[in-house]
Amino acid sequence: MIDSKIPEGPISEKWSNYKAHQKLVNPANKRKLDIIVVGTGLAGASAAASLGEMGFKVLNFCIQDSPRRAHSIAAQGGINAAKNYQNDGDSVYRLFYDTVKGGDYRAREANVYRLAEVSANIIDQCVAQGVPFAREYGGLLANRSFGGVQVSRTFYAKGQTGQQLLLGAYSALMRQVHEGTVQLYCRYEMQDVVIIDGRARGIIARNLVNGKLERFAAHAVVLATGGYGNTYFLSTNAMGCNCSAAIAAYRKGAYFANPAYVQIHPTCIPVHGDKQSKLTLMSESLRNDGRIWVPKKKEDVAKLRSGAIKPSDIPEGDRDYYLERRYPAFGNLVPRDVASRAAKERCDAGFGVNNTGLAVYLDFSEAINRLGIDQVLQRYGNLFDMYEEITDVNPGELANEIDGVKYYNPMMIYPAIHYTMGGLWVDYELSTNIPGLFAIGECNFSDHGANRLGASALMQGLADGYFVLPYTIQNYLADQITVPRFSTDLPEFAATEKAVADRIKHLLSINGKKSVDSIHKELGHVMWEYAGMARTKEGLQTALAKLKEIRKEFETNLFIPKLDGVNIELDKALRLNDFITMGQLIAIDALNREESCGGHFRSEHQTEEGEAKRDDKNCFYVSCWEYKGEDAAPVKYTEPLKYEAIEVKTRNYKN
Amino acid sequence: MAKNISFTIKYWKQNGPKDAGHFDTREMHDIPDDTSFLEMLDILNEELIEEGKEPFVFDHDCREGICGMCSLYINGTPHGKTATGATTCQLYMRRFNDGDVITVEPWRSAAFPVIKDCMVDRSAFDKIQAAGGYISVRTGAPQDANAILIPKQDADEAMDCATCIGCGACVAACKNGSAMLFVSSKVSQFALLPQGRPEAAKRAKAMVAKMDELGFGNCTNTRACEAVCPKNESVANIARLNREFISAKLHD
Repeated sequence: MIDSKIPEGPISEKWSNYKAHQKLVNPANKRKLDIIVVGTGLAGASAAASLGEMGFKVLNFCIQDSPRRAHSIAAQGGINAAKNYQNDGDSVYRLFYDTVKGGDYRAREANVYRLAEVSANIIDQCVAQGVPFAREYGGLLANRSFGGVQVSRTFYAKGQTGQQLLLGAYSALMRQVHEGTVQLYCRYEMQDVVIIDGRARGIIARNLVNGKLERFAAHAVVLATGGYGNTYFLSTNAMGCNCSAAIAAYRKGAYFANPAYVQIHPTCIPVHGDKQSKLTLMSESLRNDGRIWVPKKKEDVAKLRSGAIKPSDIPEGDRDYYLERRYPAFGNLVPRDVASRAAKERCDAGFGVNNTGLAVYLDFSEAINRLGIDQVLQRYGNLFDMYEEITDVNPGELANEIDGVKYYNPMMIYPAIHYTMGGLWVDYELSTNIPGLFAIGECNFSDHGANRLGASALMQGLADGYFVLPYTIQNYLADQITVPRFSTDLPEFAATEKAVADRIKHLLSINGKKSVDSIHKELGHVMWEYAGMARTKEGLQTALAKLKEIRKEFETNLFIPKLDGVNIELDKALRLNDFITMGQLIAIDALNREESCGGHFRSEHQTEEGEAKRDDKNCFYVSCWEYKGEDAAPVKYTEPLKYEAIEVKTRNYKN
Repeated sequence: MAKNISFTIKYWKQNGPKDAGHFDTREMHDIPDDTSFLEMLDILNEELIEEGKEPFVFDHDCREGICGMCSLYINGTPHGKTATGATTCQLYMRRFNDGDVITVEPWRSAAFPVIKDCMVDRSAFDKIQAAGGYISVRTGAPQDANAILIPKQDADEAMDCATCIGCGACVAACKNGSAMLFVSSKVSQFALLPQGRPEAAKRAKAMVAKMDELGFGNCTNTRACEAVCPKNESVANIARLNREFISAKLHD
């Protein structure tokens, strides 16, 4: 049933073998083939630019006013690549190994190896485009280290690496717009995919300015629409990030893989009130020099919460650097899932700070004392500024001196929803199970297993967009060269558009009392409470029951103003409709996966020390869910994982 | 600890580019001062929706100061006044006082027509970028990244130019509606890097020509753009653009 199409041969030769034998489309035929790319983040923009440059006719859509604003822009820390420029023992194999291990042995081996293989090309490509990566004084590229690894392989551009990489891809894209190979559609939102004779042949998109539905036909459709983190309402995602394109594909028969794998990032600014709209990430790169701690003594905790003392009043000996204590080998640089759970463990035990008790400290005193404030500001200055603007506390400010040791104001941090490893199921060619429908970047599931390592999202987005999809899509399109362009007057287009129009009409006619955001917040609370950092069978069952009530509330008590043209409430309502479906999918998968792995932690499955306990005997697979209707339970298929190059072990970051 | 403030907000309503537009006024009560400016507008919109009214429309997305989508003119300053220079989304209510009157308007520039309320059309920036804001390199296998040595100082300076988020505050602040700070930042980034030199002259001419064609004004060195740029882009970039442009024209 599930065919992942992994090429033959040893792991290090699979991608070369594939490229040597795949079908290609000749230049004259490329001009006759149209490709829709939805999304303009790292994956979407790099794919659209590369496909346009090859000679295909590309239609590229984004919901923002410009392709440059996609949420990849907000990635801070860096991008991994196996260049071994630091001579610290890095290699393609080691990057592959770290990624599979970091993903808690739930990623597809062959895809990850390919990712590691093309990682070095990405850096070459971006430098050629003029991306101003950080340099050493001799003019060579600089690197830093990230969580879950013991080498320095992360390339960066201050704390704005995502911005610089996206602007690189955007400039390549705009070059193709200028050449006329890419047609841009900004402020357009995909509503549904059009299937003709079992193949994806176009989309229905809503023009967000005039509110009208429009039809677009193509020979293939590529979804590069990001993840589903905003299901939780509060996340580090942008306000507009949504999973509607992926859910539309799911409703049309595309399998949704591993929805339970949600990444909770350990270093975000804590929640401050119920009016909050989003959570701000503080880059993982801060963990290179920042030390995470809570007080050792409960009486200090009480005084901190009441404001009687400041964190800088607590001397070194009374601080519990719990990550260094529990994981000596990796210390503050353990993977994100491990760091997040450790913070939750301390807060649950009553050592959390802030007036809510839901925060820990990230402290730069040791780094500032060691390196001097100037060097620390050079590395993290913009992040310190951002933190101060939001919280009114300057982490670079000297706050106290005890026994000759200088203490600076620490940051307060707490875990928050950040990234989703699950996504549309794709094979080795990044094709979903619907022929002609591809998914790239965060939108697919394949490379990060149950937990993504830092600085690997940018790597995967650009690998898919520049170096993988432009090849693999040709293997599909080579069969399509004799298929003429489709008319959007075909009945399949009309029927799909009508279904979307009917849905909109229904939402506008409910005329209830609740705003979209108020229902979305309820959804978020349920998801965070029962399907967040720690999940139980009972909690997930409660979540599913509550999600039914939320669905009913949405369908019967929603209020959207009836407006022609711009209607921001309708935009949000259409997205919320899909977030509710997504929430159910997350809970169902989490309930079904009877083990703990990576970002999926079931409290029933843990070791005595509170670490995640996998069940490789029964759960060594990718779960793939098939839609069976809004009220019916989805059906599960499994893609068994086969590891040939790596021995599956328990993750160990202690020694 | 957060305290609550109450104030009056005057916000711009305009139903499309042809509508004359007007201000609506509303009293806001007991808003915690650790609320961000946009979260305050979320509260306003929740109140409006509760009363069955249409919400106030404005652009916003990442809410962490990097996407460049948010674009409000607050009390006469693009993005409002912050300590270090920041976007609208990074402005917090602690910058305001109890009893203030806060005026919110859209970017006003001929090149940025209003779509609705405070949402404007900035696609002109994309058109300028498409005219030449890139290095012409194919996807594929360029030389090894470390084959090009770039002195740290040059790389850092190029990075400073590259941090522009394309929000358009510079245009909104300029009495001439000039886009020189935006264009010069992009031209400078590439002009400072060896990879960008081969096309430097062509790029400067093409981007300036497109900027003029799209109805942006000329630069008269008032430096209003630099004062409001949330990413602290320097007018030194404009001087560099002028040098690139003049030397390109001299070679014509």
